[in-house]
Amino acid sequence: MRTRLYATVAAGGFRRHATYRVATAAGVFTNTVFGLILSYTYIALWDERPQLGGYSMDDALAYVWIGQALITVCGLMGGGFEEELIERIRTGDIAVDLYRPADLQAWWFSANLGRSAYQLLGRGVVPMAVGALVFDFTLPAGPGTWLAFLVAVALGSTVSFAIWYLVAMSAFWLLDGQGVVQVAWLGGLFFSGMLLPLNVFPGALGELARVLPWASMLQVPADVYLGKYAGGWQLAGAYAFQGCWALVLLGAGRAAQAAATRKVVVQGG
Amino acid sequence: MSFIELESLEKTFTIRRKEGLLKRSKREVRAVDGISFGVERGEMVGYIGPNGAGKSTTIKMLTGILTPSGGRLRVAGIDPSPSSRLRSGRGGPNRERTRLAQRIGVVFGQRTTLWWDLPLKDSYGLMHRMYRIPDARYRENLDRCVELLDLGELLDVPVRQLSLGQRMRGDIAAALLHDPEVLYLDEPTIGLDVVSKARVREFLRELNASQGTTVLLTTHDLTDIEQLCSRVMVIDHGKLMYDGKLAGLHAVGESERLLVVDLERELPPIEDVPGARFVRAEGPRQYLAFPASSSAAPLVAAVAAAYPLVDLSVREPDIEAVIAKMYGGTREERRESLM
Amino acid sequence: MADTRGVGRQSRVADIDGADRQSRVADIDGVDRQSRVADIDGVDRQSKVADIDGAGGPGLVGDSSRALASDSSRTYPLASDSWRTYRMVAGMWIRSTMTYRSSFALTLFSSFCVTFFDFVVILLMFGQVEGLGGFSFAEVAFLYGTTGTSFGLADLTMGSLQRMGRRVRDGSLDTFLMRPAPLLAQVAADKFALRRFGRVAQGLLVLVWALVLLDVAWTPVKVLLLPMMLVCGAVIFAAVMVLGASALFWMQDAAEVTSSFTYGGNTLLQYPPTIFAQELVRGVVYVVPLAFVNWLPALYVLGRPAPAGVPGWVAFASPLVALVCCGVAGIAWRAGIRSYRSTGS
Repeated sequence: MRTRLYATVAAGGFRRHATYRVATAAGVFTNTVFGLILSYTYIALWDERPQLGGYSMDDALAYVWIGQALITVCGLMGGGFEEELIERIRTGDIAVDLYRPADLQAWWFSANLGRSAYQLLGRGVVPMAVGALVFDFTLPAGPGTWLAFLVAVALGSTVSFAIWYLVAMSAFWLLDGQGVVQVAWLGGLFFSGMLLPLNVFPGALGELARVLPWASMLQVPADVYLGKYAGGWQLAGAYAFQGCWALVLLGAGRAAQAAATRKVVVQGG
Repeated sequence: MSFIELESLEKTFTIRRKEGLLKRSKREVRAVDGISFGVERGEMVGYIGPNGAGKSTTIKMLTGILTPSGGRLRVAGIDPSPSSRLRSGRGGPNRERTRLAQRIGVVFGQRTTLWWDLPLKDSYGLMHRMYRIPDARYRENLDRCVELLDLGELLDVPVRQLSLGQRMRGDIAAALLHDPEVLYLDEPTIGLDVVSKARVREFLRELNASQGTTVLLTTHDLTDIEQLCSRVMVIDHGKLMYDGKLAGLHAVGESERLLVVDLERELPPIEDVPGARFVRAEGPRQYLAFPASSSAAPLVAAVAAAYPLVDLSVREPDIEAVIAKMYGGTREERRESLM
Repeated sequence: MADTRGVGRQSRVADIDGADRQSRVADIDGVDRQSRVADIDGVDRQSKVADIDGAGGPGLVGDSSRALASDSSRTYPLASDSWRTYRMVAGMWIRSTMTYRSSFALTLFSSFCVTFFDFVVILLMFGQVEGLGGFSFAEVAFLYGTTGTSFGLADLTMGSLQRMGRRVRDGSLDTFLMRPAPLLAQVAADKFALRRFGRVAQGLLVLVWALVLLDVAWTPVKVLLLPMMLVCGAVIFAAVMVLGASALFWMQDAAEVTSSFTYGGNTLLQYPPTIFAQELVRGVVYVVPLAFVNWLPALYVLGRPAPAGVPGWVAFASPLVALVCCGVAGIAWRAGIRSYRSTGS
């Protein structure tokens, strides 16, 4: 019964974003342009330092286009739903949501799942294909790797949701949630590997970046794609890394939600 | 020539609708389909019609935001459409728009022009400079609005902290600081409580009487029209369906009001009271329809004389109902719209 | 209190329901709500005093005195009127921002950081290599600083244009059109965000750093070329933003395409032209003339040859290109408004 409800919510999330066709086309164009520009800078870099960070040039180019494909899927530059959620909290409409016979977090998770699925198909596939045509970059070893990649993307998307949900919850306590959003945005941009692969980050900074939750969103899926995890155990370790962060952050989101709900009830909305 | 004059005004939109994945169909929609009317200086006119009838399209042409597809239009002697440049041989469309903007005021009930995070008076300061209102004139107008709309204590309050009614009063004042000769009001009382509504109406009446401001009002609230406008225009499907006095509209529309009668207990339908028509019953509550043009008093007296009354009330027909009744609605639909 | 929330709710619904509304373009009410417009402002610069039009009749005297009182019969030169409008509207937004001081400080800081990240990438790269495409760190920093400053200036002044789509869609552009002020200035100053100054500051900082590090034989021409490229670069970026905003009159959701030329262009110009494919370089010289923002004049300043197939004098052509860009943007803006005004959107 519940499952059907959330499936409906997810489908709604998918359809809702599917109506923005022009926006999708515009986004694909932009991702492709940025992919092109970044590819050339990576070529210049890997020309000078082949095998930088353990990546061949073909790996590095694949990394660029995976990043462009996952920007919206894994919320690398904003989760894509938190603005709306914060607005509902700020205006008090959230009270309506809290009285729904559904869990707030599960509701938004489902809607976001639908959104991510659409973004993967609508904005992920085309830039990847264009990139693969222009640059002869690394493709996964086989269907098994593609599947493993998709699992990593799903987990990365979940971690992204958990982070942005937690960010949105802060709006219950802060009058203007923009500051927290900005900080989260910065953190995501820097530590997800959007700017440069995390394995190129030097020394302690690199080590720190690779254990933070943002690494789940791009670096881990990209490494799965590139087959950097040799053997099942290493792959399982990568999934466990993503899964642990997902659980911890979703749990924190729930705790914040529970505290917020008490607050709303006490204040009478 | 009238102060506001429309002559066979038309506005056609081309709608592209998706049909399937790639196919698109084009369809022309006449949002305004040959409307002509004139409004004299100092008139207060209600401009009503169902959603999508072409009201806002007309207003947008009158304010110079939209260019008519056909026909002629003049407001305070200005034709704001771009083609007027060719006709008049001087001034561009933009200058016409700007000149018109100086002479009209617009208030949208559902959209504020005030600065959300700033004190009310800051928004007025911007109007002062943007409209280049001379200082003395600005002072005078602001003082008058503050007094009549009771804004004195609100001037230093950020707009986001105002109630809907306070904000609406603030918006009306903002639209009047530059002495517009015409004021367009789009749903000025929507969402307001009874007291706020009354205050807004009283202010508009006073404005019209003392300043001679011409007012064109769109609303869904018949009471606005009843209390303010001597003249009402009904538009539907882009055509002007009625132009005249409000009372006449009731006559044309044969509109009915509802008398809601709460009896002590469930009784058979009240069908023996002259001038009333039984509509339906809900337990001890019965609904009787009677012509809007006749008084409820004799009816009430007749019912009270013959039945054990607990309570009763009169429901006014809303504009949608009147219009539905006027044009094409079946009896069933009308009855439902009266509910 | 309940009322205030009601207001918030209405405005929220307007934003979020954007999707629904779009999908219902077919119904006529949707058309109404979406139809609005204006015209590029003050095309005519005639400052001759307009006569009070033939409204005639008994109302004329009172009418003209009132119209004169509100000063409506004068026209103002486009440039000064636009600047005046821009200052007024931007000033209101600055004051609005200042009501949330701590939030402003935070966003200013984060704006500074975001742009700084771009540079961190370059720093990280140079942590691994000596040069990129034959350019030293100082040279790349020079490219970064010049485009960063130009883009920052354009973004500070015109960055709001890319958010015009929402104004078009939710109908709030109507309000702008009903005011006696140039539309472009009103839209450009809308939601003016002082925090975007963070980008300018960061660009200048890197530029100064680059100038300190650079080993260039400065001549008077090169010294003059530097401020020229900053100004012309800002103008070219601004023109691209206006061009992109013009397209929003037809397609409100296409804003992201503009960012591939503005943000994307800025990223492109941070790196030496030598690392990119020749077709791409030729594209930004001849098609979308972003190369005139900094590449071409900078190559001259750095004493390097112009890209293959491009004549040497182009290093000095930026002002001309900027002017042409403005012309094209102006025409597009007017066309956008005209189409909009006659069709609704």
